[in-house]
Amino acid sequence: MISTLPRPVWLRTATVLYVGAFLLFLFVPLVTVAVFAFNNAPYPAPPWRGFTLDWFLGNAAAGRIGLFRDTELLGSILTSVIVACWVTALAVIVGTANSFLMERWEFPGKQALSVLMLVPLVIPGVILGISILALSSLIAELADSLFGWDLDFLRPGLPLVVLGQFSYVATVTTLMISARLKRFDRTLEEAALNLGASHAAVLRTITFPYLRPALIGSAAISFLMSFENFNTTLMLVGADAPLTVTMYGRMREGATPVLNAVSLFLMLASAALALTLLRGGRRAS
Amino acid sequence: MPELLPQPAWRRRLVLTWLLAPALLWLLLLIVLPHVELALLSLRRRVAPHVYDLSLLQFKTFFIEPLYWQVFVRTAILSALATALTLLVAFPAAWVITKVARGRASALLFVVCLIPFWVSETVRALGWLILLRESGVLPALLVTLHITAVPVEMLYHDATILVGLVYTSLLFMVVPLVSSLESLDNALIEAAYNLGAGGGAILRHIVIPHAAPGITAGCIIVFMLTLGNYLTPTLLGGKNSQWFTELIYTQFIVRFNWEQGAAFGFLLLGLSTAMVALGLRASGQRFVDVMRRT
Repeated sequence: MISTLPRPVWLRTATVLYVGAFLLFLFVPLVTVAVFAFNNAPYPAPPWRGFTLDWFLGNAAAGRIGLFRDTELLGSILTSVIVACWVTALAVIVGTANSFLMERWEFPGKQALSVLMLVPLVIPGVILGISILALSSLIAELADSLFGWDLDFLRPGLPLVVLGQFSYVATVTTLMISARLKRFDRTLEEAALNLGASHAAVLRTITFPYLRPALIGSAAISFLMSFENFNTTLMLVGADAPLTVTMYGRMREGATPVLNAVSLFLMLASAALALTLLRGGRRAS
Repeated sequence: MPELLPQPAWRRRLVLTWLLAPALLWLLLLIVLPHVELALLSLRRRVAPHVYDLSLLQFKTFFIEPLYWQVFVRTAILSALATALTLLVAFPAAWVITKVARGRASALLFVVCLIPFWVSETVRALGWLILLRESGVLPALLVTLHITAVPVEMLYHDATILVGLVYTSLLFMVVPLVSSLESLDNALIEAAYNLGAGGGAILRHIVIPHAAPGITAGCIIVFMLTLGNYLTPTLLGGKNSQWFTELIYTQFIVRFNWEQGAAFGFLLLGLSTAMVALGLRASGQRFVDVMRRT
C-alpha cells in the first residue's frame, strides 16, 4: 500500500524484511567474490585463512600467480579494451548517423528501416554470433576459390568479434542518441542559419554540443556492453580471447582466487564508470 | 539539414546517401544477409564433398532425436519459470521504489538495484559458484548452524540455474516496472481505498491494468535474454541440465556440423520471436513502443 495510506504493522514489517532480503540477494554474490580475493588459500572457498595480497601481487616464485603477474589475464584485459574501443567508435558514429537519418529525413521505406534497426535487440546473442560466422566464412571461401584471396580477417578472430558486438550495440546507441535529438529545438538551428552561419558551423557549434551528453552516455554504455559481452563473442573468438571468455574458461577448470582479484578490479572499474556517468548526467540536466 | 537555406537537390541527395549508407551496410551485412545464409545452411544437406541439396533433414533430426527436443522444451519451460519468478521478485521491489519510499530513499534504492548489473555476468556467476558449491560458503554455513550434518552440493540443480537466471535478469524487469508504476497516479489508489476497496481489489483492478505495458515489456525482454543465455546455465547447471544454446555451440564450434547448428539456431530464434509476438498481441502493444520503453 502506498505511503499516504495507513499501513498495518505487519505490512510495514513485511516491507522492511522484503527490502532487506532483496538487498542481501543482490549484494551477497558480489561481496563474496570481493572478499575471497583476499583469502590466504589456494581456492576461493571457506574457511577464512587470513588476509593476503598474493592474488594481486604474487609471482611464480611464491607459488601463487597474482593478477599483476598473470600475463594471460592481463593480455585478455588489453584485448577486451581494444575490442571495446573499436565497438564504441563504430557504434557511436553509426548511431549518430542513424539518428540524423531517422529524425531529420523522409525517404521511402523509412518505417521498415526503423523497425529493422530494433531487430538486433531481439535476436539472441548466440544466433547473431553464428549467423555472422556463417556469412563471413562463406565470403572468405568464395574469395579464396574465385580469386585466390586469403581474407584472414573473415576467419574467427577479433575483427569478427568487433563486428558481432557492434551489430547490436549500434541499436542501443541509435536509440539513445535519437531520443536526445528528438527533443532538440530546431529553431536554434534556424536562428543560426538566419544569422548567416553555414550548415557545418551550425552542426559544430549548436547541434553537437547539445548532443554531447547523449554521445558520451552512449559511448560509455557501448564500452560496457562490449567489455561484458559473452554470448556473441564466444561464437566468433579466435586465438586472442577477451576477458570474459578467458574467465569462463578458467571457471570451468576450477580457478584460483586470481579470478576474484580480476573480478574486484572489474567491479571497481564499472563503479567508477557509473559514478562518472551519474555525475555527468546531473551536470547536464 | 533542409528547409531554411534551400539546398540544391543534388546536395540533399548526397547527404541522404551518406546518412543511409552506414545504416544499410550495418543492417544488410551484419543482420539480414547472415540470417539468410543461416537459413540456407539449415535447409541444405551434404550429399558429397561440396555438393549439397535442399532438405529438411536437420529439422527432422531435431524431432526424431529425443535429446534435442527435450532440451529445447526444458529450456523453454525453465525460461518461462525464470521470467515468472523474476516478475514476482521484481514487482514488490518496484512497488517499494515508486510508491512506498519517498524522495532520496526512493532514488537511492533504485540506483542500488542497478549497481550489480554494471558488473559482468561472469563475475555474478562466479559469486554464485563460490556461494553454492559443495565446498562453498552456504553449505559451510548450514553445517556450522547444524542444519545439515555434511556440506550439501547446491550447484548443478535446475533450481540453481533459476536462481542464477533470476539474479541476472532482475534489472530488465525492475526498470520497465518502475517506469510504468511511476506514472500511476496515487490519487486513484487513495480513491479506491476510500471507497472501501481492499488491497487485492486495488491490485487487480487498478495497479495491474495500469502496469500491464511495463509488465509485458519486462517479461518479453527477460524471457528472450534467458532463452538465449549461455553463461549462467552452463556454469551453474550440471551435465544433465543442458541449455539449448549449448547444443548450438556444440554443433557449430565443437562438431563443426554447421547445418545442424543453423537449424537449431532457427528453432531458438523462432521460439523467441513467437513469444515476443505473443506478448505483444496479448497486451496490444507495438514492438517499437516496447523497445523504446526499455
